[in-house]
Amino acid sequence: MNWEKIVDKLSILSDAAKYDVSCASSGSKRSNTNKGLGDARGMGICHTYTEDGRCVSLLKILLTNHCIFDCAYCTSRKSNDIKRAAFTVQEVVDLTINFYRRNYIEGLFLSSGIFKDADFTMERLVSIAKKLRTEHKFNGYIHLKAIPGASKELMNLAALYADRLSVNIELPTIEGLKELAPDKNRADMERPMNDLKTGIQIYKEEKKKSRFTPLFAPAGQSTQMVVGASGESDMQILYTAKYFYQKYHLKRVYYSGYVPISTDTRLPAIGTAVPMVRENRLYQTDWLVRFYGFKVEEIVNPNFPDLELDKDPKLAWALRHPEFFPVDINTAELWKIYRVPGIGVQSALKIVKARNFQKLRLDHLKQLGIATNRAQYFIRTASPMNFQAELPSKGIEQLVLSNYHGKYKNIVQQQLSLF
Amino acid sequence: MNLLKILIYDGSFEGLLCCIFRIYEQKILVFKIVKKNEPLSDLFAENIEIHTDEVRAQRVWSGIQRKAGKISIERILMAFLSEIQGEEHTIIRYVQYLIDSKRNIEDNLSHPVVQRLQDVVKMVNRERHRMKAFVRFQLLTDGIYYSGIEPDFNVLPLIKDHFAHRYADQQWIIYDLRRNYGLYYDLKTVSEMELEIAPKANANNIFQEEEILYQELWKKYFKHTNIESRKNTALHIRHVPKRYWKYLTEKM
Repeated sequence: MNWEKIVDKLSILSDAAKYDVSCASSGSKRSNTNKGLGDARGMGICHTYTEDGRCVSLLKILLTNHCIFDCAYCTSRKSNDIKRAAFTVQEVVDLTINFYRRNYIEGLFLSSGIFKDADFTMERLVSIAKKLRTEHKFNGYIHLKAIPGASKELMNLAALYADRLSVNIELPTIEGLKELAPDKNRADMERPMNDLKTGIQIYKEEKKKSRFTPLFAPAGQSTQMVVGASGESDMQILYTAKYFYQKYHLKRVYYSGYVPISTDTRLPAIGTAVPMVRENRLYQTDWLVRFYGFKVEEIVNPNFPDLELDKDPKLAWALRHPEFFPVDINTAELWKIYRVPGIGVQSALKIVKARNFQKLRLDHLKQLGIATNRAQYFIRTASPMNFQAELPSKGIEQLVLSNYHGKYKNIVQQQLSLF
Repeated sequence: MNLLKILIYDGSFEGLLCCIFRIYEQKILVFKIVKKNEPLSDLFAENIEIHTDEVRAQRVWSGIQRKAGKISIERILMAFLSEIQGEEHTIIRYVQYLIDSKRNIEDNLSHPVVQRLQDVVKMVNRERHRMKAFVRFQLLTDGIYYSGIEPDFNVLPLIKDHFAHRYADQQWIIYDLRRNYGLYYDLKTVSEMELEIAPKANANNIFQEEEILYQELWKKYFKHTNIESRKNTALHIRHVPKRYWKYLTEKM
């Protein structure tokens, strides 16, 4: 290998790939049964964290940043005057194997600019995955980005070698897509998603009949959209997410706060802050829907189209619904405890276990390691008179927020003061 | 009069089980457990040296296993591997609670002993997970992938299977420099080993030439995958505490 050239390529093509936020390496079922290299069962591992605090689990690179498309929000867009580079198939394979052997990574996340056409690009991505699996007996995690418009045959082939596939829907609305990514259209994105969904279902059925059925995208599919580039409300974003979760059974929808990289007047100017708090609130909502039994419409709806930046969405919901509280932690059903601000899934499960042994007081919760600074205003425990129900909702809000030392306190205050 | 009794054991798990044997045998109520190399401080105590006896240890262990579920067994073993000074007491109180109680106590998380053990398990588990993440193999000239680590707790036994399974087709050594022992995988089995002199992380002469180049590539990747405008040093350090940096290639 020509090392200097590789170093150069790696710099350019990891730089261009980093705006893809997914770094998940969990949820696959691929086990090392062939005495090969690697294992992708179970939990993912973050091998390190970037200085911006994001998990590094996969070698995340583009095959090339040459691209025939001109999407305004993308740093690899055709009209952008940047250095271009392209890996060979063998180079990507060597990097993946050698990084993996040193325990740097859980696997490969491979994406690409579109050169020539969709299938031509997709074919290259698939050939890398194939080579890793067949020639190197590689059982680590592979996430392939599916190129919009790729043929069904190639998608099926990709799913046989990759653990996860994803097609990015890029922008939350079709209008936004037309405006900022005129070369792309929603239909081209949904078609491969649908092919995958169908394939996954077929293989699942087959698996019931024969345990020798090969794996087919065992970690499912995901998608990503850019937040804050095209003026959508949080409601539009979350309703779109809901549509994709339901229609294509996605494992994850990722929200990527737009990082200003262009002087294009259709976009937020360079120097505009990345909407990190908003992004975080969207993820919190996503979690509430997937793990806490909330419906999206309870959190955002035409009356409340945007998430509040200064409080998490569960707290915001609770303050709008004083009639739901107090929740008695000694008697309430689990789903109700899930809805108490400040109590997470783990804590709720601890509570229902521990209350079999004694009536729980506030200090028991503290013993269990459960933070009560927010929860105390919304629960009834065996401690006498701890619930402050007489306070009007606004009073609770002030109490809660005055005790709030969340990680975003400073940023929130900055970002709020802009309005 | 119940004079404080200090039970001194050799630091092995079997030794600890023999302490439990003695406590039950002589119905000792007030006791303190110390490892052989730990300092003795109480003037008015009676020192009892506990000899490790396989048969007695096995009897105690069988007794515990009869009462304990999978979770309790795991808690006891992991608390032992924490090597925290004095943690033996929590383990023994837990065993007593387990033996004395008629119902399953595993979920009684508001009980102080269960709570404490659960916290220790959490700490040890976190370290185990960190070592799965932070081990950085370096390719030695003799073709073995080597990694030095200094975990807070004795987690090698807990990560052995993970690495054996994952790196089934390469020879590797993971060496605990603090406890001076390591694991060696020879393409067939994993065995414990001790090195006379453990390699230093930055001793370039014992690594293959290619090794240095891949380390450079990894550092480059680490730098370029960062998004400058999202910089968040506090979060970075919370995830990758500084004490681990000296063995992390990307931080060297």
